[in-house]
Formats: sequence, C-alpha cells, structure tokens
Amino acid sequence: MSDVVERTLSALPGLLGQHDPGTGPGGAGGPARVSATSRLGSLIRSITALTSKHEEEKLIQQELTSLKATVSAPTTTLKLMKECMVRLIYCEMLGYESSFGYIHAIKLAQQGNLLEKRVGYLAVSLFLHENHELLLLLVNTVVKDLQSTNLVEVCMALTVVSQIFPREMIPAVLPLIEDKLQHSKEIIRRKAVQALYKFYLIAPNQVQHIHDKFRKALCDRDAGVMAASLHIYLQMIKENSSGYKDLTGSFVTILKQVVGGKLSSDFNYHSVPAPWLQIQLLRILGLLGKDDPRTSELMYDVLDESLRRAEINHNITYAILFECVQTIYTIYPKSELLEKAAKCIGKFVLSPKINLKYLGLKALTYVIQQDPNLALQHQMTIIECLDHPDPIIKRETLELLYRITNGQNVIVIVQKMLDYLKESKEEYAIINLVAKVAELAEKYAPNNEWFIQTMNAVFSVGGDVVHPDIPNNFLRLLAEGFDDGKEDHQLRMYAVQSYLSLLGEEDALYPQKFLQVMSWVLGEYFSLVTDVDPEVILTKLHSLLKKTYVTSETKAWIMAAVTKIASHTSCSETVDKLIQEFSSSLDTCIRQYAFELKHLCEDKALMKNLLPFDASCNDMVVDASLSFLDGFVAEGLGRGAAPYKPHHQRQEEKLSQEKALNFEPYGLSFASSVSSSGVTGRQSPTGLSFGSDTSGNSAETGHKETNTLKLEGVRKLWGKEGYLPKKEKVGKENEPQTVSCGSLLAGQAGDPPVLRSDQGASLTEEDKEKQQLASTLFVGLGSSAGVSLMGKADTATQKFKRKSKINETQHSEEASDFKSSAASDFGPLLDTAPINTEDSEESTHTRSRKASLCSSDIVEDNLAFETPQSLKKSVLDDRLSDNRVSQSSLFADSNIEIFQPSPSAQCESASETLLVPSLPEELQELPHSEVLELHQSDALALYLCKAWTDDSLLLTVLISNKTTSALNAVNLVFEETEHFQILESPTHQFPVIEAQSLEHCQKCVRMNKICTQGILSGSVSYQSEMETRLEFSVTLSLMDFIRPMEMTTEDFGKLWLSLSNDVKQNIKMSSSQDSLSAALNTLQQKLKLHIVDIIGNEGILACQLLPSVPCLLHCRTHSGMLAVWFRSPCAALPDGLLYQCQKVMGES
Amino acid sequence: MIKAILIFNNHGKPRLSKFYQRYSEDTQQQIIRETFHLVSKRDENVCNFLEGGLLIGGSDNKLIYRHYATLYFVFCVDSSESELGILDLIQVFVETLDKCFENVCELDLIFHVDKVHNILAEMVMGGMVLETNMNEIVTQIDAQNKLEKSEAGLAGAPARAVSAVKNMNLPEIPRNINIGDISIKVPNLPTFK
Repeated sequence: MSDVVERTLSALPGLLGQHDPGTGPGGAGGPARVSATSRLGSLIRSITALTSKHEEEKLIQQELTSLKATVSAPTTTLKLMKECMVRLIYCEMLGYESSFGYIHAIKLAQQGNLLEKRVGYLAVSLFLHENHELLLLLVNTVVKDLQSTNLVEVCMALTVVSQIFPREMIPAVLPLIEDKLQHSKEIIRRKAVQALYKFYLIAPNQVQHIHDKFRKALCDRDAGVMAASLHIYLQMIKENSSGYKDLTGSFVTILKQVVGGKLSSDFNYHSVPAPWLQIQLLRILGLLGKDDPRTSELMYDVLDESLRRAEINHNITYAILFECVQTIYTIYPKSELLEKAAKCIGKFVLSPKINLKYLGLKALTYVIQQDPNLALQHQMTIIECLDHPDPIIKRETLELLYRITNGQNVIVIVQKMLDYLKESKEEYAIINLVAKVAELAEKYAPNNEWFIQTMNAVFSVGGDVVHPDIPNNFLRLLAEGFDDGKEDHQLRMYAVQSYLSLLGEEDALYPQKFLQVMSWVLGEYFSLVTDVDPEVILTKLHSLLKKTYVTSETKAWIMAAVTKIASHTSCSETVDKLIQEFSSSLDTCIRQYAFELKHLCEDKALMKNLLPFDASCNDMVVDASLSFLDGFVAEGLGRGAAPYKPHHQRQEEKLSQEKALNFEPYGLSFASSVSSSGVTGRQSPTGLSFGSDTSGNSAETGHKETNTLKLEGVRKLWGKEGYLPKKEKVGKENEPQTVSCGSLLAGQAGDPPVLRSDQGASLTEEDKEKQQLASTLFVGLGSSAGVSLMGKADTATQKFKRKSKINETQHSEEASDFKSSAASDFGPLLDTAPINTEDSEESTHTRSRKASLCSSDIVEDNLAFETPQSLKKSVLDDRLSDNRVSQSSLFADSNIEIFQPSPSAQCESASETLLVPSLPEELQELPHSEVLELHQSDALALYLCKAWTDDSLLLTVLISNKTTSALNAVNLVFEETEHFQILESPTHQFPVIEAQSLEHCQKCVRMNKICTQGILSGSVSYQSEMETRLEFSVTLSLMDFIRPMEMTTEDFGKLWLSLSNDVKQNIKMSSSQDSLSAALNTLQQKLKLHIVDIIGNEGILACQLLPSVPCLLHCRTHSGMLAVWFRSPCAALPDGLLYQCQKVMGES
Repeated sequence: MIKAILIFNNHGKPRLSKFYQRYSEDTQQQIIRETFHLVSKRDENVCNFLEGGLLIGGSDNKLIYRHYATLYFVFCVDSSESELGILDLIQVFVETLDKCFENVCELDLIFHVDKVHNILAEMVMGGMVLETNMNEIVTQIDAQNKLEKSEAGLAGAPARAVSAVKNMNLPEIPRNINIGDISIKVPNLPTFK
C-alpha cells in the first residue's frame, strides 16, 4: 500500500490543477453552470492550503453562506441541488452545522431522479437523527419508494429506513416492508430483514407479530437473507435465550453446512466458507448452550468440526477459531473440546502476530477462572507480554493478572500495575486500572505499610480522575477498622506518619483528592503519633491552605482537620494566626470556617464535646424533633408569637390570604371583589411569583408573621366596624388561635404527637441558626468526613434529614386526620344546629377565601373549634356553617344547585310528617345537589340526589314507600348507555321496603364516552298487587365528572408537552370579567378547574375527567378575548370543556 | 454492532464519518478527534485493536483500525463484534473501494464522498454487516450506476442538460463506470426496470 502514498502525493497537484481557478466559487458566469466537483475541488484545495483552524472556519462559513443562498434560490435545479448536497455533506463532516440544507435534502430525496434521490437520501441519513422533526417529512417519500417498481429505489428506501426512521411512523411502512420479505430478489429480501431488525431494536413491540416471518427468513433459500436474519436472532437470544432453544438444531445444521462447504463459492473469503456467517452462528450457539447441558450436547460435533476445519493460516480462520474457543468455554463443558480449545489458545498466545497474541490473552483472561492451569502453562509468555512494547498488550496482560491475583502475588502484580500507570497517559486506562489496584490492595494487602504506600501511589497516580468510591472506601476502612484494635491503631498511625512525611516534601504537588484524604486522616488520628507536636501538623496544614493550587473544596477539608486538631490542643499560635488570616478571606466558605473555629476556640469544653476523638464511626443520635427547645417555644408562644406553620401551609395560606385581603373590604358583592383582585393581578403581573419567592426564603418567618397579623388586623377592623355582627366572635375566634392552641389541642384531642411536631416544627423559626449549627456539627465531624466521605456519618446526616421529613409529613397527616375527624365529629351537629341567618353572606366570603381549597385554613378553623363547650353557641354555629360551606366550596356557585339546608327547607321538612327525603348521613358531608323528585305515585316516591366525591359521581336513589304495607322485591335497574357506566352492577334490589319508610341505594357513575350532557334512564319495578314499573331518567352533565386537578407549575409543563390533542379557541369575555383573574375565577368556580398558576396575562388551569383523564388549559387575555388552549390525552374532552367554558363565560 | 465508521488521514482530517448510533454533532467531532488521538499515537507494528474511547461508549467499546498509506480506517464497535472479523471487513471495504475507484487514493474519498457512502451502505446497513462478498458489492454498485446513467440518458431531457453533463469537468466519471475489465457476473441487471 505504500505506493498509494506516492500516488496520492503525485496526483494531488495534478488533480487539483485540472480545475480552472476561474470556475471557483467566485466565478462570475452562470453559477448554475459551474460544476460542483470543481467547486468542491476548489473548496478542498483552499482548505488544504490553509494553516489554521480559524482560517478554515472562515472559509467554510463563507462556503455555507453561498450554499445557503443557492439552495434556497427557487431557480436552483435539482442537479445543482445534488451538487450542493455533496458540498454540505463535506462541511458537516468537518463539523460545521448546515441545518438550512436539511429540508432541501429531504426535498431532493423526494423529487430527484435516481442519482439525485440517492444523494438526497444519503444527505438525510447523514444529517438527521431518529428524533429529528423533519424526518416525518421523509416518511411519505419512503412509502412511495417502497412501492416503486424500480429496485434501486426500493433498495434506497430500505437503506434509509434501517439507518434512521421515526419510531412512531413504523406502522406506516411495516406492511410494505413485510411484503418485501417475499420479494423475488434476494437483495431486497435481505435489506427488508435488516430494516425489520432495526425496527426490532427501536420498537420490539411493533414487530412482535412477525416473528414467524423471521423464521421464514432464517429458512430463506438465499444464504444472504438467512445471514441477515441471524442479526435479529442474535439480538433476541441475547435478551431471552430460553425462548429459542428449539432453534438450536437449525443453527447447528446451518453451521454444519457452512463448515462443510455446502455454500456456493461466492460466499468464500480467502477460501474460507462464509466466515462472518460462521462467527455469527458460533455466537448464537454460545448463548444458547450456556449452562444448558442438553442444548450444548447438540453442538459439540459441529464445534469440533469447526476447530478442525479452521486450519488455513489466515486472519479470518483465526477469527473463527477464537469464536469457537469462546463458545466452547461458554457452553456446558466437554473435556475433549476444552482440551482442543486450550491448545488453540496456546496457538494464539504464542503467535508472533500481535493481533493474535492480544486475542490469546483475552481468551486466557476469559477462561482463567475455569482453568487456572492454562495460565500456568503460558506463564513465560505472559511475563514476556508484561514488557511488550505495545501498551494494549500490556494492559491486557495486567487484566489477566488481575484475575489471578491472590495473597501471595499481590505485591508483584500491583507493582506491575503501578509501573504501567506511571507511564500511561490515557484517562480510560488510568481510571480502569486504578480501581483495580485499589480493589486488590484492599483485598490482599499483606501488611499495613504496603497498603498505605500502595494507596498513596493510587491517589497520586490516579489524580483526580479516580472514582470517588476509592477514597470513600479507603477512609471507611481506616475509620471502621478491623477486628483487631491494635492493627487498626498501627494502620492509622502509619497512615498519619506517611502523610506527614509526604507533606514534609518541598514543592510536592498532590492531587486534590489525595490532599482531602490526608487532611481527614490527620485531623482524625493525629494524636496517635506521639512524637510529633500537633503544632507541626498545624503548620503544615496552614501552609497548604495558602497554596493556590488547592481548591476551595479541599480547603474545607483542611479547615475541618485544623478544627479537629485545635480541639485537642491547648492554645496554638498557628490556629490564632490562621483564624486571623482567614477571617477576612474572600472565600466565604473558608471565612465561615474560620469564624466557627474562632468561636469554638473560645469554648474549649464545647469544642471537645463536639469533636470527640475517633468517633467518626459512632452513630449520632439526632433529636430531630428538637425537643430540647420545647421550653423556648412555649415561652415564645406565651409571649404571643404565632405558632409555626410549615412552609407549604404558609404558602397556601398566603395565596388564600391574598385573595381574602382583596375580597374582604368588598365582600358585599362578589363580582366587584373579583374585579378588584383582577386589578391587583394586572398591576403586578409578577405578584404571585414574587410571593412564592419570598416564602421560598428560609428566613421569611418574620415577614410571614407580619402578614398574618396584618390580616387579622383587617378582620378585626371589619368586626368593629360592624360589618358583620360578630365582633365578639371574631375576637374569641382569634383567641384560641393565638394563645396556646397547641396545648388546647393536646388536651382536647389527646393527641400529643401533634403537639410535639407542631412545636418542634415551630422551632424552625430559627431556621438559619439551626442550619448553621448543623453545619458546624457536621464540620466538627470532619466536614468532611462526615458529609461526603464517611459512610457512617453520612447515614447519620441522612437519618437526620429523613427523620425531620417524616416528622413533617406526620405532622401534616395528623393534621389532616384531625381535620377530618373534626369534620365528622361535627357533621351530625349540623342537622340540629340552627342556621345562622347570615349564612349566605358568610359563605360568599368564605368561599372566596377558600377558593384554593386550602386545607390549612380548615385545619386552623377546626383548631378554633376545639373549645366548643367554652365558646358561645353562636360562634360554634357560625363556624360550623363556615366549615360546611368551605367543604362544598368546590361546587359552590357552580351551575349545579347545591343543597343548602336553609331554614325554610327545614321548616318544610318539619311540617311534613314523614317520608322527607333526607340524605343518609355520610352523604350530607359531601357536596351534593338538591334532592330531586323523579317520580311520585300513590304507592311510591322516587328521589334522586347527585353527590360529587373526589373520585366519582355518586347517584343516590331514594325510594320511599308511602303505603301502609311493606313493599316486596323492589328492583332498581339503570339502563345501559354508551356514555355512562354504572360501576359494579347497574341493578339494585331492595328485598323489602317497610311501610312509611325510606330506602336508598348508591351507585357510582363514570363517564365512558364524553358528551356535554347525557341522559341516564332506568326503572323501578315492584310487586304490590300487581307488577308495577316506574320509569325515570336523570340528566348528567360533563361537569358532573370534572374535578380540579392539583399540580405544580412544573408538573403542568411536563404534562403539557406530553399531551397531543390540541384545541384553541377565543372566548369573548363579558364586561364583568375584564381581567384574567376574574375570568379564571369564573372558570374555577363554575367549572371546578384548578388554577395552577397565573403569570402576567397568562394563566394555567388543570382539571381531570374522572377517573383520571387530565385536561390542561392555558389562558391568555388580549383585547377583551380570552384565548383558551386545551390539551388532553382524550380528543373529545377539550371540545366538551370548551363548550362549558363558552357557556359559563357567556352567562356571567 | 458497529457504532461508527471513521476514515481520517494522517493529520486527523476526516474523510468519511458514518455514525450508526446517535451522537450529537459536537460529540461526533469529539469522537473523531479522540479516536484520531488514540490511533495516531500507535506504532506501525502493534495490534490493531484498542479499548477505550470514553466518548463513544466506554468499556463496551473497541476501536478496530487499519492504517493504509495516508488514511486510517477505524471501526468503532461494541463487544458483540468479532475483532478479527471486523479487521477483515475493513480489508474488504478497502479492496472494494480499490476496485470501484481503480487504485483508490485519498483524493477519491475526498471528491466522491457520496459514492464511498454508497459502497459502505452495501456492506454495512444500520450498524450490521450486510454483505462481505466484494464481488457482490461491486456488482450492486455497478448495477446502480448503470441504471442511473441510463435513466439520466433516457430522461435525457433538454439538450442543454445533456451538454451540461458533457461540459462538466468531471475527470472521475469515466473512471468510475469503467469497472468493465473486471469480470463480474451481473445477475440482477436484466431484471432491473
């Protein structure tokens, strides 16, 4: 081949010279006439002439600009386009992006003649990747070409499919490609199989149904097609070998025929029959026969024959031999074959050809576990290989040695590895080998000195590329120690000594990780070395701190070590100097450490306590509830401080309070209050995010507090103004809250954990201080040590974190439990309680306050309840109704009438002596509709009530028997409709309904097919004197099945992108809702949508169709219109919701 | 599977790069540079296999390369490929190029990147070896070339275009189709439409 060089060199000027410079890029003539080759030629020539990367960049950019102009010009012919594509390919290959040409490449593939099409396809496959959006434009072309009668076009299409094809479009071409499996031309069949292989790789499910076609391909009369199908089988068998054991016989037969020379000589390569096919088959057999004596049995013969036949001295026969050997060692062993394979390995290892030697070593490495003696046979060769000039051979030999390391040879082997490491510059090799050395040293270390020395070498050679596990494991080993305390002591002492001497060397540069290890060990175990003054160590560390190459992370480690040492020495000049020096450091971290050290030094006793000697492995007991601060908290509460509320609660509260603030002064009219909030929204579009920002800050407690106070002030003010005749109530209501609601709560509910966590949590008022303390604590553990390296200490910190988290959740859980229990406790009271006349007003205000369904508020309210006996009855009532409404606020004001137990209704019910359809208790608490009379006959009355639970629509049918005798066998049957589905069974039977009594049944209803409104009909039949049948029907609306869906803005964003069904529509806003927030409030209240976030003039909302089909809304206002954009996985849902939106927006 | 096929010259200038696995543009360039860096350091008489190349796939990655005159041919493969098999595949590839271009040299690869890609596509499809028989590959390429020629001739549309073809300064065209002296059985040709 050396003559090729000469030819190239001699041809270069001549070839380039053939191109007239006049036809170069600047050629003034018709640019369309200039051939691409000459332009490409001149481009390449100019690039060759360039000397710097920068010049090349400039030139290519020029070229790209001119190409861009050419490809986008409408006059450009396809022919010229093809030439441009070739140049673009060249530019892309050099790493310059030419995305402007992608679309033209697709066009070219679509429109060009064969030659141009081919270039187009090629460009597409080089430019685009599987997920590129433009690729979809190619699908049509591919489909067309697959159907072409021109074989070349079919081939091109198949080639591009096997290179890049969008996964989601596979169904479009799959049938066409399947057809091609029956094509008369073998090349088409073969490429079709390859394309299917590609599909199998990217979307195995989509080709599941054609597995039998793969089998057909395996039996194809053409060996090429069969060979192609082996790719698929190799892949499938790799994933699941047991499923294809039945094919073993076929593979063996095929291999036998191939080895036996039954194939036509076309398949020979250097007179070896189809070597690549043989390799493939051997791999498949290896996978099939692994650990399976029966299957392996089938292949012994053919393997034997393969070994025998592969005797010609050529590379490719060695390839087959190597595969044979691997297969023989993989499958269930047969001694005779193993012997032959071992001989083969010998041939490889001893071969003078380096490639074969390499493979021989690889094979030895592979079989060494099964047959260590084989390594012994070749030990001399292996030793020779250790000094081989080729580093790859050396590395492979070390890999082999690594496998045979034991306690006796570890010193030598590790030495060899370290020698190699010192010469190697390759990152991959270093990472790999360093890990092995560390592992071996840990496993087989003969003595302490050696271990420490070796680890020192590992850290200094490995530098900062070593895997972080290595220093971690090493330090853990040191800290945890072994069983033998004396050994531990010696090991640690030796480590300290060796590090001291290493640090003593002048101008030695150590990797950061090594320095971190050193400083941790020195800090932890310096006192083991008695003959060195701690002052000396401190001086050394101090000088390290001043080195510029030391990173600030490492400095943190060093500071931790200094702190630890300082805690065990009386006063030290170095420490003082250090504190002084770094207290003004520009690195805030270091400065922080310096200050901590300073303060600790002032209290030596605390410092000693904080930093006990050799306690890095001791578990720390962390009082996550911070119970020792209980007294402090109680004191604070006693002084009138607000109780602690968790972050999320505060945030929610803040949100609701913001509304409350806006609503209250204008509480008389709902609409006006809405618009007022709208004004705020408009004035500060970022108001919301600002709010969440501040509450995200950990030091905002004070800020929060004032907020709460302010709100309460407002409330009181209004109370005094006499806006509602509840001045006193308000006062009373606030009392239990602010005084010690905690203790009250504990007393009442008998639920101490609530108290504890409540108080514990309230401590986080001093969040900052706590954090500081914690960090100091952990710094004390050796910053360090603790936080990032030591496993034990690490878990301690984690434990701490986890604990506090659990506490938090417990807290909230308990709180919510409490809430519900409170609610249910008071539920029955509701019926008997006289209803406050101001109910409606009150409810408006509560409703708006609780628009976000903030549970914390309710909890708070419930807390206030906890003194029912002591409170005035009226207060209780007031609060009760409040509570009641807040629960149903979800549905309040919607177009569904809510059943409000109004005094008049109660009177009515009182007057009517019997058969008043009152709901069963468990339903009373749910938001529900009015009880609707469906049917009234002499004997029977039928009522229906809808109740909206969080996860379903509950239809309650009440049947009252008006007669004086019992009714037997009353059957309720709902008819099946396509829209609705009654869960469980659509029928219900009451065996008997007593005279003058009421029975009810409940059915959960789901919406199966989306419609805005549908009718669910049914009938009741009963036996009296004769069979009587009453028919009824209920109208169910889509809104019965829509529930708010709470989510965060991020979740919304994620979900939004994953949804595909889009509906966009502009809805006219009426004048009363001219702001976004007003409009959104309307949607929230009437349609039960959840407002996720409002940013500027855009708002996002979410809801779900039960059981769980989400629908996301994005709203934007512009010039009196509300642009709503729906997205949902279900296509019909957005349409239905849009209709509802239009309806409610039109109404208000 | 074959993850990438790279051809670059002694100076690391890429002459052909084909990736069968998705890498970003930048990574592709880095892979080319890294591979060149790894391969170019090697002596002539060492083995043709290399492990490493952190970018392309870490430990399950092998580089198998051959060095011909001014060019390095590098195949980046994973562990499911046979080293020696790939090594001979490179040989087949180069021999095929040699046949198609008649004494192939670096310039052929530069000026006919598209044709080299087409030849490669007949050998390796979607990262899997499709065809290893040199004659078969040459036959396919030849048949396609002829067909394209004839189509161009028949479509032979405006005289202007034809004259443009004639006027084109393309020294390689006659060379390219002139593989006639090699006796190739052309079984597929007659049936092509």
